[in-house]
Amino acid sequence: MSAFSVLFRREMRLAMRQSADSFMVIGFFVIAVVLFPFGVGPEPNMLARIGPGVIWVAALLAAMLSMDRMFMGDYEDGSLELLVLSPVALELVVCVKVLTHWLTTGLPLILTAPLLFVMMNVPGEIWLVLLLTLVLGTPVLSLLGSVGAALTLGARRGGVLLSLLVLPLLIPVLIFAVGAGDAVLFGNGAKANLMLLGGMLLGALALTPWVTAHALREAVA
Amino acid sequence: MLHYFANPTRFQRLSRRVEPWLLAAMLVCFGAGLYFALFSSPVDYQQGHTVRIMYIHVPAAWMALFCYTAMAVSAAVALIWKHALADVAAKATAPIGAAFTFLALVTGSLWGKPMWGTWWVWDARLTSVLVLFFLYLGYMALRDAFDEPGRGARASAILVLVGFVNVPIIKFSVDWWNTLHQPSSVLRMDGPTIHPDMLTPLFLMAAAFQFYYFWLVLLRIRRELMVNRTRALRHRQASA
Repeated sequence: MSAFSVLFRREMRLAMRQSADSFMVIGFFVIAVVLFPFGVGPEPNMLARIGPGVIWVAALLAAMLSMDRMFMGDYEDGSLELLVLSPVALELVVCVKVLTHWLTTGLPLILTAPLLFVMMNVPGEIWLVLLLTLVLGTPVLSLLGSVGAALTLGARRGGVLLSLLVLPLLIPVLIFAVGAGDAVLFGNGAKANLMLLGGMLLGALALTPWVTAHALREAVA
Repeated sequence: MLHYFANPTRFQRLSRRVEPWLLAAMLVCFGAGLYFALFSSPVDYQQGHTVRIMYIHVPAAWMALFCYTAMAVSAAVALIWKHALADVAAKATAPIGAAFTFLALVTGSLWGKPMWGTWWVWDARLTSVLVLFFLYLGYMALRDAFDEPGRGARASAILVLVGFVNVPIIKFSVDWWNTLHQPSSVLRMDGPTIHPDMLTPLFLMAAAFQFYYFWLVLLRIRRELMVNRTRALRHRQASA
């Protein structure tokens, strides 16, 4: 059995045993969005206007919730040291961790999003584009989040610090994701925005595993 | 060269000798720059006297980028060669860079109110500089978040290098997007488009800011080295 599948099964088994985490993320996502109609008033046109942005911001914050646990358990019980010392490339371990994080956070967010589109009265013609931005954007959250999670291992108030470090770096993702929906509504087509998001995903995929692996080595050194 | 100054005593001796000169150069440049900027430069035909804010705003914005680049270079040197002084330099630069970024944002805002009619717009240049400010704050927060100082130093060095992606975005944001912020008029391929009468005070002020930075950063590095030395002596005393 290859190292990848062994690691992946281990991560998935751990994630399944704590499946409440995923539900908490979804619960936060839904509640954060649902607060807005109360905050700004339930006028349908206004909700349709702010809906995509609100949903994306809520997804960003919800993804942050589970971010600090990406390496925390392994760091605390010492298995991270074994993973660093093992002959398997640490970059591969990071990729598996990120994949698991996306499967337990990003994917549930994407699956819940249509429900919130309905509740926020998001126009039907941009549903598909917004779902595409979530498909391209949420892996970037997990990838950049892994850097922050590795950097803040063992820090005081690591969870809050993680959000402070990672959220500013995620602003471009938010801009182009929400911009894609607006571009369709204004009749410009979302191709440019989607390609930029795809570029960010590829860039993050190529670079962040190395940075995260280096940060993990520093954390257990 | 790199390792010659890694010796703290040698560095302190040199920096003590350089500091008065930097201070003098800074005072001269500030004096001349402020005179030209406030009294002896022409009033802009559109902006009136408001144009004088530019002589603070533009050098501060340059320094915000310069400080971050200096931090990134120091962090890279500290990570690759385990150069202790480079790490101290990065730490000493961070608050100065954050202050310059804040100054650029505030003066820009003060200029924007009479000129654009608003304190703040969400255009690409302003947003990316705001992100730069958050990166400075994040660096300082991460650096202080660990009980073991070495761990904070290494973690924050990696963060600085990751955040460096923002620096070219800030520089080219006015060219890539149609922004309210005007495109660059000094550092461009076909030469500056500003009249020499305005360029003189601008460069004098930029030089003054630059000297101020080097003077302050040397002072802060020396202070940091003394703090480290005191801590080491205390440890030795406690363990003896």
